[in-house]
Amino acid sequence: MIPLSALLIRDVRLALRVGGGALMGVLFFMTVVAIVPFAVGPDLALLHRIGPAILWVGALLASLLTLDRLFAADHEDGSLDLLLMARTPLELAIVVKALAHWLTTALPLVGAVPVLALFLDLESRAAAAVALTLLVGTPALTCIGLIGSALAVALHRGGLLLPVLVLPLTVPVLIFGVSASNAAIGGPVPFGAPFTILIALSLASLVIGPFAAAAALRHGAE
Amino acid sequence: MRLSAFEIGCVRGNRYIFQKLSFAVGAGQCLLVHGPNGAGKSTLLRVIAGLLPISSGRLNLEGGDTDQTLGEQAHYFGHQDALKSSLSVRENLSFWALYFGGVAEAVEKALESVGLAPLSNLPAAHLSAGQRRRLSLARLLVSERPIWLLDEPTAALDTAAQDRLTELMRAHLGRGGIIVAATHGPIGLSDAQAIRLGAR
Repeated sequence: MIPLSALLIRDVRLALRVGGGALMGVLFFMTVVAIVPFAVGPDLALLHRIGPAILWVGALLASLLTLDRLFAADHEDGSLDLLLMARTPLELAIVVKALAHWLTTALPLVGAVPVLALFLDLESRAAAAVALTLLVGTPALTCIGLIGSALAVALHRGGLLLPVLVLPLTVPVLIFGVSASNAAIGGPVPFGAPFTILIALSLASLVIGPFAAAAALRHGAE
Repeated sequence: MRLSAFEIGCVRGNRYIFQKLSFAVGAGQCLLVHGPNGAGKSTLLRVIAGLLPISSGRLNLEGGDTDQTLGEQAHYFGHQDALKSSLSVRENLSFWALYFGGVAEAVEKALESVGLAPLSNLPAAHLSAGQRRRLSLARLLVSERPIWLLDEPTAALDTAAQDRLTELMRAHLGRGGIIVAATHGPIGLSDAQAIRLGAR
């Protein structure tokens, strides 16, 4: 357990220090959500209706932005070689890195939702629904992103590869996240069905993501 | 303990970097790998570390821990220093000490022995190339692993630090360790065996 907690502390520290990803994700999220009302125009009814969708799209793009560096930074400075040679299984190390990433970049997004809901004329019930669906849906985004991030390192291609690979895979999460939020606000479908599917997506990607990412990284080292 | 290679070869990008390479190093012995740039010295070290697959031949460690792979019993000291600029000198080293299953107390001793103790609270971003290299070297000391794989260990080190490195290597060999070092110049160990890789 000591090696894993040391890795968690290191990654959290790196994200919170100058140049880390924690602030970048939440600032990007705020920027995206804040400019939408300007583009849509002063139609409160429309904003009210598409508010949860805008928050979800903003959160999705913000988590993609920071996932890019998850393994690339360790690959560039040689840390990844040493992680591969350690006695701690790579899969566990990846789970811990994902946890650190989620704590420092996804959790602030959930925290920012109540503030940003004001921009979109969402009442407190709707804001709470979006915050709750993001809380259970963002682990899926992080774990799916792990695969893309590891493949980008393995194939020596950064930048554009990650969104192209990852975005299609995150579409189900987006669909059920937004429909669960809308259901909670008073949509036609009951809240339980899309919400449990969202939880299932998170749990499934939590299992698949680390193994797929570890396989990609091991292959990439060769 | 004995590390032996029998006619190993490594293919990268459809051609052999090296092939039919054989050597054996016993406990307390050092193997120097010489050769011009591009001869495959770094590749050989990465193969022993388990970071690259061998394409032919056999690579064995006799008398090691059978539960662990060869790479898990080796320290790899490569060109990249695996340091995070925004963490302090001590934080960088403590992380690797804990991650490699060492103890926190070893960190201060290791910093002392590479001469970085006075700088331990400084962010690694402020270190010079030689100091980064020394901090990276300190990682070999915070957790015990029998095999050291050193890729041009003297690069960027001043003469005092090179002498210190030689002492550390002697101490490691004295404890029954194995060292495989890729190097261009002499390294100060008189009784080391050497192999030479040819240019491609």
